[in-house]
Amino acid sequence: MHMHKFEKIWLIFGVASLIVFLSVLGVSAFHQGHHPSSWSNIIDPEQVDETKPFDEPGLKKVEGKEWDYELVFVASAFLYAPSEVQIPLGSTVKIIATTKDVIHGFQIPGSNVNMMLEPGYIVEYITTLNQPGEFLVLCNEYCGVGHHMMTSKIEVVES
Amino acid sequence: MSMTNRLKVDRRDGKLVMAHFYVAFISLAIGGLAGLLQVLVRSGMFVLPAGIGYYQLLTLHGVVLALVLTTYFIMGFQIAAVSRTSGTLTSKQRKIGWTGFVIMTIGTILAAVMILLNEATVLYTFYAPLQAHSIFYIGLTLVIVGSWLGSAVILLKYRQWRKENHKQTSPLITFMAVVNSIMWIVATIGVAATVLLQLLPWSLGLVETINVGVSRTLFWYFGHPLVYFWLLPAYMAWYVIIPKIIGAKIFSDSLARFSFILFLLFSIPVGFHHQLMEPGIDASWKFIQVVLTFLVIIPSLMTAFSLFATFESYGRSKGAKGLFGWFKKLPWKDARFVVPFIGMVAFIPGGAGGIINASNQMNQVVHNTIWVTGHFHLTVATAVLLTFFGISYWLIPHLTGRTLTKAMNNLAITQGILWAVGMTFMSGAMHAAGLLGAPRRSSFSEYGGASIAAEWIPYQVAQAVGGSILFLSIILMLYIIINLAFFAPKGEQDFPIGEIAETAEKTPKILENWKIWIGITVLLILFAYTIPFIDMFHHAPPGSKGYKLW
Repeated sequence: MHMHKFEKIWLIFGVASLIVFLSVLGVSAFHQGHHPSSWSNIIDPEQVDETKPFDEPGLKKVEGKEWDYELVFVASAFLYAPSEVQIPLGSTVKIIATTKDVIHGFQIPGSNVNMMLEPGYIVEYITTLNQPGEFLVLCNEYCGVGHHMMTSKIEVVES
Repeated sequence: MSMTNRLKVDRRDGKLVMAHFYVAFISLAIGGLAGLLQVLVRSGMFVLPAGIGYYQLLTLHGVVLALVLTTYFIMGFQIAAVSRTSGTLTSKQRKIGWTGFVIMTIGTILAAVMILLNEATVLYTFYAPLQAHSIFYIGLTLVIVGSWLGSAVILLKYRQWRKENHKQTSPLITFMAVVNSIMWIVATIGVAATVLLQLLPWSLGLVETINVGVSRTLFWYFGHPLVYFWLLPAYMAWYVIIPKIIGAKIFSDSLARFSFILFLLFSIPVGFHHQLMEPGIDASWKFIQVVLTFLVIIPSLMTAFSLFATFESYGRSKGAKGLFGWFKKLPWKDARFVVPFIGMVAFIPGGAGGIINASNQMNQVVHNTIWVTGHFHLTVATAVLLTFFGISYWLIPHLTGRTLTKAMNNLAITQGILWAVGMTFMSGAMHAAGLLGAPRRSSFSEYGGASIAAEWIPYQVAQAVGGSILFLSIILMLYIIINLAFFAPKGEQDFPIGEIAETAEKTPKILENWKIWIGITVLLILFAYTIPFIDMFHHAPPGSKGYKLW
């Protein structure tokens, strides 16, 4: 197939930009570890309240790990447990979450924390909180009539 | 060429096409009204009357616009385009077309009744384990089965044409309709599988639980090619019809076909980019599908080049000077050009936004925020829809034996401009609020007085302003359509089909070797999906029972 010279230039430029862009994404994801929350452990959605660590939602200090705290969330229509939590400024936190019923979307607006909670799966995301103040946790996947009322609050406090 | 004696779509085929269009435009009226009410609710200044739920309206809006309007319009348009370029349908083909129409319509009515009875408030993506009434799923199945018959009409006519014309190169727009029909059939297998094998038995109580991850994956195996199924008919108009309207030739037949083949190959094995934020899928497989997603940008770059090459070479042939002089030579007073042109312009930010959405970890910033809603209101609800409107402005009078008068033409241009203004407000405000974290698919909420949520409200007011302007544009659109279908003066309205430029090279035969293209399509799908899909079964959590939480 014959291509016009300008079309060749246009496509070479376009494809080269795509390659550069994908390489940036790839290095960031695989080399620097900026993956979105992905492969995960499973859980019986009917037994969440009895299964560790979800039997005790909330913040827990941990030792000897790459993160300082584990923050456990249990989602169900239409609330998060805990409904409010305080976290020391500058700490690295592993958020561990699951749902007891339908799909929910765990999002902290103004941050990169954004992950789907699907029944049967435990999702995790590690983040560092270095901005003080109140952060909203909301549900961004439709879960029923009270979907837009489903919230929690994270307060990042100076220790 | 034998094309010259088929300048008109046969009246009997025309009736079949118009039947599809009536359903499409009734859907536009219903879905548009639902959309208006939604933006008003989200402004925080309006409460729905009579016990209507926000999410019930949202389900209605999504189903009638994203699934019904688009499918009916596309089926109708593709049948018209094939009948015009490859010959009138045989009575058997037409009968299949009508059967498909009737099956789709029964399905649509069943699904719509369930939504109105508040038995199916699960949104148009119907994610399990929210469980709708089984009749809702039966209705959706019938819509898909009916659309397979509509697609079969295209494929049968194409096969007949090739046989009668000794395997010559087929008419370009017929070829494009064939590509879109094949893609549709391959893609809908996924949604048919989850509906028939998972959702329906589960909603009937035959099985107690459902594998949510598998169901979502089958849905998105279908959900992304769905958006290309909407886009390709717009591309058909841009490649084949727009050049004729402005008085130019098609830049290159082979490149146009080649870009459609690339869409067939790369539209399907990419569904994971809608599932980047979810558990149960390995990060590497997500990334592989992100790379495949980016390959589908290439045919869109080719399309953009071809269009503007056509525009520029036409303008220069009319004596345009300077770098952008050709721009002034375009027919700015012809609605058949101006309305789709607004759509093309909208596709530039729309496509760029799509690249951001598909960018793996970058998706964390925008996933399920109203940015995404803003994105697809530029792509499907502007680029695609305005092109469909632009097509309707000549195709409806062509089929009903009437003409597009000067007055209606001017009104149609006003309609397009109103749409552009309304969408700039609505989609612009959606993009901005989404970057600030505002979620999509959510009724008005102050989120317990959170300060960040207060920042979103002014943008929601802007969305309501934009949405109201868009609703005015829809009213105008429907007024013009009714005029063209029933009241416009009798006459002959041309069905423009572009001719290939004399300088264009002969089309290689390999482009119509379907064994190769369908073979590669299947291989790519198997490559992208087999291992992660098997993993979903191997590491499946206990299944979920159904919930009705509305």
